[in-house]
Formats: sequence, structure tokens, C-alpha cells
Amino acid sequence: MSRTIDAVVSPTQTNTIPADISGQMLDLDEDDDLEVFSKDLTLADGNMFNASMPTSPGSMVNQCKFEEDEESDSKDIFITVDNPESHVTAIETFITYRVLTKTTRSEFDNSEYEVRRRYQDFLWLKGKLEDAHSTLIVHPLPEKFVVKGMVERFNGDFIETRRKALHKFLNRIADHPILSCSEDFKVFLSAQAWELTTYKKQGPGFLSRMGETVRAVANSVRGVKNRPEEFTAIQEYVEDFSNKIGSLDKVTQRIVKEQKEYLEELKEYGPTYTLWSGSEEELAEQLKGVAGCIERCCKETEEQVGHLSDTLVPVLHEYVLCAETLKAVLRRRDNIQAEFEAKNEALATKKVDRDAESSDLGFVWGSLLGKNPEEARHQRQERLDGEIEELKEEIDKLEDRVEWANNALKGDWGRWQRSMRGDLKSAFLSTAEKNVDYYEKYFIFIHTQITVSL
Amino acid sequence: MMADSGPKEVAVIGNTELTSAELDNNIKNTMVEIEKGTSLLRKLEISVAEAEKRTGKNTVNMQEIYTVYLIETRPVDALTEGITPDSLWRRYSEFELLRNYLLVTYPFVVVAPLPEKRAEIVWHKLSADNMDPDFVERRRVGLENFLHRVASHPVLCNDNIFNIFLTEQDKDWKEMVYETGFQAKADSRLKAVNAAFRVKNPDGRFTELKHYSDELQTVLSQLLRVRARVADRLYGVYKVHGNYGRVFSEWSAIEKEMGDGLQSAGHHMDAYAASVDDILEEEEHYADQLKEYLFYTDALRAVCRKHELTQFELEMVALDLACKKQQKEELVTGTVRTFSLKGMTSKLFGQETAEQREAKLQVLEQQLKEGEEAVKEKNTESDEFVKTAWVDIERFKDQKDRDLKEALISYAVMQISMCKKGIQVWTNAKECFNKM
Repeated sequence: MSRTIDAVVSPTQTNTIPADISGQMLDLDEDDDLEVFSKDLTLADGNMFNASMPTSPGSMVNQCKFEEDEESDSKDIFITVDNPESHVTAIETFITYRVLTKTTRSEFDNSEYEVRRRYQDFLWLKGKLEDAHSTLIVHPLPEKFVVKGMVERFNGDFIETRRKALHKFLNRIADHPILSCSEDFKVFLSAQAWELTTYKKQGPGFLSRMGETVRAVANSVRGVKNRPEEFTAIQEYVEDFSNKIGSLDKVTQRIVKEQKEYLEELKEYGPTYTLWSGSEEELAEQLKGVAGCIERCCKETEEQVGHLSDTLVPVLHEYVLCAETLKAVLRRRDNIQAEFEAKNEALATKKVDRDAESSDLGFVWGSLLGKNPEEARHQRQERLDGEIEELKEEIDKLEDRVEWANNALKGDWGRWQRSMRGDLKSAFLSTAEKNVDYYEKYFIFIHTQITVSL
Repeated sequence: MMADSGPKEVAVIGNTELTSAELDNNIKNTMVEIEKGTSLLRKLEISVAEAEKRTGKNTVNMQEIYTVYLIETRPVDALTEGITPDSLWRRYSEFELLRNYLLVTYPFVVVAPLPEKRAEIVWHKLSADNMDPDFVERRRVGLENFLHRVASHPVLCNDNIFNIFLTEQDKDWKEMVYETGFQAKADSRLKAVNAAFRVKNPDGRFTELKHYSDELQTVLSQLLRVRARVADRLYGVYKVHGNYGRVFSEWSAIEKEMGDGLQSAGHHMDAYAASVDDILEEEEHYADQLKEYLFYTDALRAVCRKHELTQFELEMVALDLACKKQQKEELVTGTVRTFSLKGMTSKLFGQETAEQREAKLQVLEQQLKEGEEAVKEKNTESDEFVKTAWVDIERFKDQKDRDLKEALISYAVMQISMCKKGIQVWTNAKECFNKM
């Protein structure tokens, strides 16, 4: 869906967001990145990655170990997302972001890549990662559209918020021991625009994807029978967490709103003292002093609201989306188990069928065809045996799949919890610090005012 | 059970029979800044201690509920001996009557205002209901303040009616007030207020004062309105944080490592939300101080108007005298400078006789004498008024500057206290988050 920008732009022109913003963003990023990375557990170990990455689950388990106890400061890949630019074509208008990668990883041909990507490309990457690793927790992308509020798609704030979220998204993947090995990820970071388009067209077609989805839906309708206790516990936690984080998101947004309204009134309040000072002689200085205090309060409040919007609001929002991701991951794990259980039931049924000594139906059928009843029975046995063997093979594979899915999820779950704690703790801490700072600055100002003019 | 609004101010009450020397002494002493504990002659402690609801029949014989206030008085020397104070009950309308009487009887005094009859400039938490306990309490404080203002005024404190208002329940005080005949004066003042008259030479200082009162009224009304809105918003900000308390507490139940940190952080959020109540109550006191001066502007304007009236009367009398003088001159010289019917008729029907002229002259002479007397009287009256009024205006200005300066400083101090609380709460919260 494209929207038209108000400014008149020729189709071939690309508009750059004013230069000062892009400059700012680069500075912000470097510090942010390093902060986050040193807290996160990085599992980059050069030995683990080969040039050709096998993507079958079995081999993956052996390849990438979950070395979660190891806190490594040796990052070997740095990604930044910045410099949004809008592109106008005859059909649509969209924004692209520059994705800059610096890496020493051996599977990359170069050590530096600079590409431009649009939101759609990020969506594609996420889809591919989720397909390949259905029970790993992929960090959420910012939403497609802003649901409420009147934020224009091309509003500066919206773009900046989205850019930050995209930046975090890529970095989370880079941190992930398994996901960062993904070929799709590598292509996303390194391929030029036309290369990416070509690459996207390969791979399982739309129809085969449909088939998988249909099967998954069918299994989920049946439901999983013997879900391991620990996953039920995780699911209950996710439900509760989703509620709580949703509430926190709402409360925080409400605080921002109230603060803004408070600020509006304050802006009118200070000037009344200044006005009054015009009518007074003895009191003029004191009145101006109070006006000055209120003005300072305005300034500090504005800063504080800005900080809240930049720091706490986006993080809470991110984890609201995370909660949804978690629910989807749990569902997918359930589906995998459900499929396995379904096949097991089918096997049991088949076995029962085969072991049935005489089947009146078979006898009647055989005689109708003019076959020897003995032969008919033998043929039937053979056929069923074959099917049973096939089923057993499939079940073996599915069993592997279930085991791998469960292990992947279990491993990632601990990882995710640690990230979550780290992110939320840091965001709340920062907010509390800012609030202390707010009161301290205002306190000092009033103090000096009292000694000077009041 | 005394409703306490803070340390009681000590005010001066003079008795009603004083020698002129004592009066001077009183005035000198009362001119000194009234502060708590300051030693003055004949100290009397006054307080409006309580408020109660009564039911009764009003003037149109309908049931009504009204509030009465307990006025307690006690000589300060008796404090240490624990003597119970004298007390009596008065309702708001009696305070109003007292004030109107003072306004009329001492037109050169800037009479202190009463607290609001109805709650007007309030922020949402306080209801605008006259029966609301918070409103009644603030009105009680306002009435006490009014009594202190009057009792500390060098002139007003000696007034008999005022003294009886404070101390004697038995007498029919209302009757006494009406007997002073102030109503008649009040009516004439009212007429003067409504009459449109133009003063040719008002004292410039009064004109300036009138402008100042208008300005002050406008700016204070606006200031108080915006302040109420700001208070409302601040309340909102603090209270929403209370939700953090609730959600953190619920969330801590499902977390292992973060649980303790979240739980205690939640408590601090609750404390933060609750702290706004005290903050805003203190601010309300500040707003009341400003409101008093908002209402004072009416009294200022009243004094200015009285001056205009006096000046106007003087000008009228002087004009009349000038007219008479001219008439005399015309009669004496026989010249008619101005057109008059008399002049015309005399031209047409012949001049007056010498006797007639003589008679007229005599009448005029008498009128002239009376007129000159009147002008002299009015002049004296006007001068006296200007002098006494201006003394009181200077007194008022000093009082205003002192009071408001103190109010502004205390407002800044309130803000500092708010900051300190904020720093403490968020530092505590920060520590809790650290433990997460």
C-alpha cells in the first residue's frame, strides 16, 4: 500500500531525510550497540562455522553448541541500521535503510558490506528464519503499520523508532548462536538489491508452503495429547507475562500522555508570574524568579518525557510483540508434536489392521476379484507391512524433529529470559535514573533562585 | 476538639474606652509588624476553632442547613494558667454583615476580605460543594485570618461593634449593627457606585491605584485558574504511577530472579503516587494566600471610589459657589453676561426696582456665605479622607509586599520539598531495579 508524500517529488529522485538526522543516528548507534553486546551472551566461536552451512535439524544440533555459560566479549560481527531514505517510484513510495555489516567471520567473503533494505526485506528474512527454525525465538520486528494514533508512515519519529527496532532485530539475530549461521541471514546482509530479489525467488514455492501450513493447521486442530510438563509451564508463564507486559505498555503510554498535558499547562503558568511582575515594584524580582523556576520545570519535564518515549516505551512495546512471538513458537512446537502423535496413532491403527487374522471384508473382496483367498490375504499383509515400514521411518524422522524442536526451544528459552531480564532491567533502571536526574536538576535550580532573587 | 490550622496568630484588641494618648500608643504599637509571639498591649488570642452544621428556618420560613463557626477569645496572659476561652457561634452571614458595616463606617480603610462564599477556583479533587468538609475547613481558616486582619488594624481594632462581635453572645448584635444607621450610608454609597459621574481633578495616586487593582485582579484570577489546572495535571501524572505498583506486584509473582526487585519497586511506585496528596494540599494553602489578595482588590477599588465621590461632591459644591459668585457680579454690575430668561424678561418688561435688587443681593450674599462654608467643609473632608486613606494604603502595600514575598518563598520551598521526595522515591526504585 503506498501513500503519497505531500512534497512534490519527481519519480526518479530519491529524497534524503535531512542530513543532521543521519549524522545523529550513526553516533547513537555505535554506543548503543556496544552497550547491548557486552551484556548479551555472545556465542561467536570461529570454529563452529563452516563455509557451507547444512540446514538439516540433525546436523545443526551437532554443529552449534549451546554454550550459554560462556560470556564472550569477542564479537565478530557488527551491524548497524541507519540512514533512512525515501524512494518514490511510479507505483509506490517506500523507505530504505542502510544496513552496514563489519565482520571477521569466515563464511563472509568480505569484511565489510553496505546494502540498502526495505521493511519488506526484513519481513522476508524473519519468515525464512522462522520457517527453518520453527521453535527458535526470533526477536520481533516493529509492526507493519501503526495501529492507533495518527502517526504518518513517513513521519520522522515513526521512521526513527522503526529504524531502532530494525537495528535491534538484526543484532539479536547476529547474537543468536544458531540463527546467525543462517544462509538467508548472510544473503540479507551481503547481497546487492538485484541479487536478493533473485535469491528470494528460489527455495520452496508458495504451494508447498501452503501444504505445510494446511498440515500444521490440521494437526493443531487435533491438539497435542502429551505435552511435556515444562512446556505447559512455559505456556502459562507466557500468558501471564503477555498480560503484564501489555499492562505496563499501556500504563507507560498513559504516563507519557499525562506528562505532556502537564507540560502544556505549565507553559501557560510561568508567564502569568511574568505578567504580574509588570505591575509590582517590590515583588517584581521574586515574581520573575518564580516564573524562571516554572520555565525550568518545563524544560526538564520536556526532557523527561522525551527520555521515556525513547527508552522505556519502545522496549515495553518490543516485549509485547515478543510475547506474541513466544505464543507462536509454543504453538509450532505443539504442532510438531501433534504431527508425531498423529503418525503414531496411524501406525497403531495400521498394525491392528495387519494383525487382524481374518478379515471378512478382505475375503469377500478377494473372492469377488476371483482371487485365491490365501493369495489375497498374503498380498494384503505384504502391502500393510510395507506401509508400516514407511510409517516407522517417517515416525523416526518426526521423533528426531520433536526432540530437536524441544531442545532448541529449551535452549532458546533460557537465552530469551536472560535477554528479557537484561533489557527490561536496563530500561527501568534508565527511567528511574532519569527521574532522579529530573528532580535533582530542578532542585538545584530552585535552590539557586531562592538565594538569588527570592 | 479544635480544628488546627497551624500556630495561632496573636492579635491586638483595644478596649473601647481609651484616652487619646492610649489610642496613639495603640496605633503606634499596632503599626509594628504583627508576628507570632510579638508582645503588644492588651493581647487577645482569637481563633475560629470549629465549624458545625445547624438546621433552622430562614427568612422565608423554609428549612435550611447552614454552618456556624466557633469564635474563641482569650487574653494571652491567661495562656499559661489554662483558662478556658470565651466562645460564641457565628455564621458566615454575620461575618458579612460585620464587614459591610466596617466598609461603610471606615471608608478610608482597605478592609480585609472574607473567604469565598462559594468555592470557585478549585481543582477537581476539591468539590465545589459548600458542605464539603475540605471547603468548610478552608473557610474556617479564612474567617480566622479575617478576624486577625481586623484585630491587628490600628483603626478597626477599636471598633465597638467588632469587639462585641467577638466576645458577647447575649446581646442582639445584629440589632446593634443596624442601629448604627450604617445602612443609610450603605445605600448612599450604593447610589454613588451606580451613578455615572465624572471627576475633573481626581488625585492621580488614586487613579493609579485603581488601575493597579484592576491589573492585579486580572492577573491573579488568571494565575489561580492556571495553577488549578496545573495541579490537576500533576495529580494525574503521580496517580497513574500507582498502576506500576499494582502490575509490578502481579508480575513479580511469575518471575524468579526479578521477583523481589519488582515487588519492592512496586511499593515505591505506590508511595510516589500517594505523595502527591500532601504536595497539593500544601499548594492549596499557597493558593489561598493569593486568593486573599485577589479579593483585597475589591476593597482597594472601594477606597478609590470613595475618593472619587468625595472629590466629585467637592467639585459640585465649588461649581455651585462659582455660579453664585457670577450671579452676584451680574446683579451688582447690571450686566448680563449669560443669557437667561430673567434677563430677557427684564429687558422686555423693564428693570427691577432697586429694592428688589437689594433683596436679591442679600439672598445671594447669604448663599455665597453658605456656599463658601460648604466648600471649606468639603475641602477639609476631602483632604482628611485623602490623608487617612493614603496612610492605610501605604500600610496595606507594606503588608501585601511582606505577605506575598513570604508566600512566594514558601511556594519555592514547597517545590524543593517535592523535589526531595521525588529524588528519594526514584533513588529507592532505582536500587530495586538494580536488584532485578
